[in-house]
Amino acid sequence: MLPLLPLAALDKVDPWILTFSLITVAVTIWMGFRSAKTSKTASDFFVAGRSVSVGWNASAISGEYLSAASFMGVAGMVMSSGYDALWYPVCYACGYLFLLLFIAGPLRRFGAYTIPDFAEGRFDSPLFRKIAVCFVLFIGFFYTMPQMKGAGVTLAYIFPGMPYWAGVVLVGAVITFNVALGGMKGITLVQAVQYWIKMFAISVPIFVLMSVVGFYNGQIGANVAVGETAAPSAEVQRKPLVEKAPKDSVWVAPFGPLTTKAVNAAAAALPPEQRAAYLAEHQKPYSLLYTYSLIIALVCGTAGLPHILVRFYTNPDGVAAKRTTMWVMILIGVFYVFPPVFGAIGRNLMPELYAGVGAKGTDKVVLELPTLLGANAGVLGSILSGITCAGAFAAFMSTFSGLLVSMTGALAHDVYGRILRPKSNPQERMVAFKVAAVLVGAVAIGLGCFVEPLEINFMVGQAFAIAAASYFPLLFMSVWWRGMTMKGAAIGMLTGGLCALVAAALTNFSTLALDKGPMGKLFAGFAPLNGFWAQHPLLRILCEQPAIWTVPLAITLMVIISKATSSDIPADVRMKMLVLHAPEKLGLKQEYIQEHQAGAGH
Amino acid sequence: MSSPTPAHDDVVHSESFLRSLMRRQLGLSIACAATFLIALLGMPLLNYFAPALMATRVAGFTLSWLILGVLFFPFVWIISFVFIKRSIAMEDAEVVRAETARKEAR
Repeated sequence: MLPLLPLAALDKVDPWILTFSLITVAVTIWMGFRSAKTSKTASDFFVAGRSVSVGWNASAISGEYLSAASFMGVAGMVMSSGYDALWYPVCYACGYLFLLLFIAGPLRRFGAYTIPDFAEGRFDSPLFRKIAVCFVLFIGFFYTMPQMKGAGVTLAYIFPGMPYWAGVVLVGAVITFNVALGGMKGITLVQAVQYWIKMFAISVPIFVLMSVVGFYNGQIGANVAVGETAAPSAEVQRKPLVEKAPKDSVWVAPFGPLTTKAVNAAAAALPPEQRAAYLAEHQKPYSLLYTYSLIIALVCGTAGLPHILVRFYTNPDGVAAKRTTMWVMILIGVFYVFPPVFGAIGRNLMPELYAGVGAKGTDKVVLELPTLLGANAGVLGSILSGITCAGAFAAFMSTFSGLLVSMTGALAHDVYGRILRPKSNPQERMVAFKVAAVLVGAVAIGLGCFVEPLEINFMVGQAFAIAAASYFPLLFMSVWWRGMTMKGAAIGMLTGGLCALVAAALTNFSTLALDKGPMGKLFAGFAPLNGFWAQHPLLRILCEQPAIWTVPLAITLMVIISKATSSDIPADVRMKMLVLHAPEKLGLKQEYIQEHQAGAGH
Repeated sequence: MSSPTPAHDDVVHSESFLRSLMRRQLGLSIACAATFLIALLGMPLLNYFAPALMATRVAGFTLSWLILGVLFFPFVWIISFVFIKRSIAMEDAEVVRAETARKEAR
């Protein structure tokens, strides 16, 4: 990869950072190649032969889940928005609980390769499979964008002067290549290892840093809250905040800059004498609404992310699926304590990041922070910075490859194998998997080039909002309510998902229109929308965080339409429900398959 | 398509077995979810209605930050641990119940 880069950029490259990053990339590619030799059958490619142990699978799920948003975005967002951003790590971790409580066990017992398989199996409807496939791709692409931004930001940091898009293209190409070769089995191994790389990369530098510059509680305590005359902990040597940084009192307390942005923008549009009264009346209630909507999106969205769900099928049985979820929750819970620490230290000691935008803003605080040690610790700062860079690589590489596998699986297994050419042989399907991987990778790279001005974590939140309004209602209702019909499920899922998609796209377009770079020109047509948002802050909040109305909307539609079309309830719904809920030891699954084959002939 | 009424008439395939199965599972899930949701959804309410309490300093952290940023994770682990233990025990009990019923039917 070196000859591709302009030599001028190499002068400023830190050798330690470069070495650690290259090692991570090399290990990833090597493991991909190695496992390419062992994954021979189609089943190996799609669900790793369903024989992954609990420990491996939990590490792999965690590795896949801890994306660029978790690794870089959470820290950046805590730094820029303070307390309110804590909801992200907490709900990313807690969403798993919902998955465990309501969905993981039944889904695993039902046994199917993908969510589209479940959709078809539960409602005996090939049409529904096609609809579900489209949504796998939709949510997947939305979720790849922030990963691509993470790649662009990291490479631009490692190689100063390298354009953002070049990083996106380079990393995207490497991972696409890797997935096309190894498929899911390779990915399981790679992702399990990458979880531990990420865990190491986020925890070790932060402990070293904290021992030098002051611990987590001291860093938070250095911020003066409302009603306090002085900061509780004085030992932290803070640097003066720049003008763009939020004030201490709003940063450390709830209902800060993130959730009050829309109301503040609306107040700024009012005459100065009305502002105070307007803020006093609307700021906190709207902020509370925003918080709840965000919580719903993140908690329900976790249960609906396609690349996470597909992993439950790689467990040998339902008990193992539950144990896996327990371990995943511990693994990611421990991890999520750390990124906010980076944000808090970054605020106190690296406030100059507040002035930057895009790839130069707070999103890179995780990468940049260890260099604080540089002056007094010499090479140690560079080594630690190299470690966090390696972690960032692991983060966006593993999540992107997981997404690529599930989206490629949807294309190859569902679109090609079931819709386009149902009679294709396994050999042809393997080729289709590789072609689909390249196709999906190329589209994801293209999309990734557009999103530099958007915050990583914010984009992920939106992907969650879409998943929360489509897959979560579908899975939750079909597992627990036997009155669901295909029409009810499809209409509820589509309406909820599309409403969330449109709402999220509108907010993104209006934000992109404000960008000063080329993106601003491209989306200039959406600039008037910002004036509208200022007039109607409530609508802006409901568009930015749509889950609070789209999730109930989807569920309500599902209930109403299922009731109206209750004659379409699958005839063997009792058997289906038994398979979903009865312990696997009773052997109902085999019975169900035999009956189905005898009855329907497929 | 298989026939609308399953050909099996043993306990496992009966309506009452499925009903009790689903009711128990859902009951357990909802009990765990409620514990979790009260805490999760209660946090913003506490922040809203008791800002002074939540801003109390605990070793430098505000109470609100300490709960959300640190203590919430172990809390969720406890809930999931309890859930997993109980649900596995429940499955085992159901297997025993179904097998004995099958034997009796014979």
